[in-house]
Amino acid sequence: MKLIVNGEPHEVASKTLSDLLGELEYEGDWLATALNGELVRASARATFTLNEGDRVEILTPRQGG
Amino acid sequence: MLTLYGTELSSRLLLGTAQYPSPAILMDAVKASETKIVTVSLRREMAGGKSGDKFWSLIQSLGVHVLPNTAGCHTVKEAVLTAQMARDIFATDWIKLEVIGNHDTLQPDVFALVDAARILTTDGFKVFPYMTDDLVVAERLLEAGCEVLMPWCAPIGSALGPLNLHALRALRGHFPDVPMIVDAGLGRPSHAATVMELGFDAILLNTAVAKAADPVAMAAAFAKAVDAGHMACHAGMLEPRDVAVPSTPVIGKAVFS
Repeated sequence: MKLIVNGEPHEVASKTLSDLLGELEYEGDWLATALNGELVRASARATFTLNEGDRVEILTPRQGG
Repeated sequence: MLTLYGTELSSRLLLGTAQYPSPAILMDAVKASETKIVTVSLRREMAGGKSGDKFWSLIQSLGVHVLPNTAGCHTVKEAVLTAQMARDIFATDWIKLEVIGNHDTLQPDVFALVDAARILTTDGFKVFPYMTDDLVVAERLLEAGCEVLMPWCAPIGSALGPLNLHALRALRGHFPDVPMIVDAGLGRPSHAATVMELGFDAILLNTAVAKAADPVAMAAAFAKAVDAGHMACHAGMLEPRDVAVPSTPVIGKAVFS
């Protein structure tokens, strides 16, 4: 299945958002996720199924002013 | 004591975390500033990357409050989603709300700002809106549920210092009880002292400290200036006058001729 993750196309096997994080080797609890422009809370990732062409954003804390 | 959304803070200086020469200098600058609040952003993490983890561990080790921001957002939707994602990571309902309206000046789109602020306060966020120094915008933001305001005094990173003292005085005068933090545009400690003398409650800095030749010393210098301005504001300053007034008593002066 083809997804857009952080603006880049990815071919993945994962069916849920939590599986996707594992497949792409994201680890830890310092990540925030959104699917097609809507927040997906960390606690809800396992229940969010992915569909062809979904846009996933994976964000992390970064220096800012 | 400064109180923001019910949280008491011993420092009136808030510090950004970007552009420091190294993580170690950022840590030392935060300590030297004695700040109790640092602001951080959210950005895309690379697959397999750990940069967010490293930075987040550093911030957590500082033992200060974290004020996540929506820096770089240009629309209501972007800013609201970024705020929601920040709440999910940082487990705080504080958000420094930035909705940028112009690329050259980085000035806030105040119309989108008010809309985003209303959505977020309704959703339980405690919003710190980055705004211009416009009185009517301040009114609208308060109506939208904001309990703190963050007017700029000059464009972000410009180091120009307070450009419109009249507007800042008007804001302070109209909303004497609303905590107001001057955010953006400060270049040097005397700028910080000036806005604190006007009666502002705090300042938020980043570039002026991070890009100084010695960020740690500059952080300490700003801390002193903020305290000096705050103390002076409550100590009753003299009004300027056009003619000299001798400070030494005239009575008792010797007559030599």
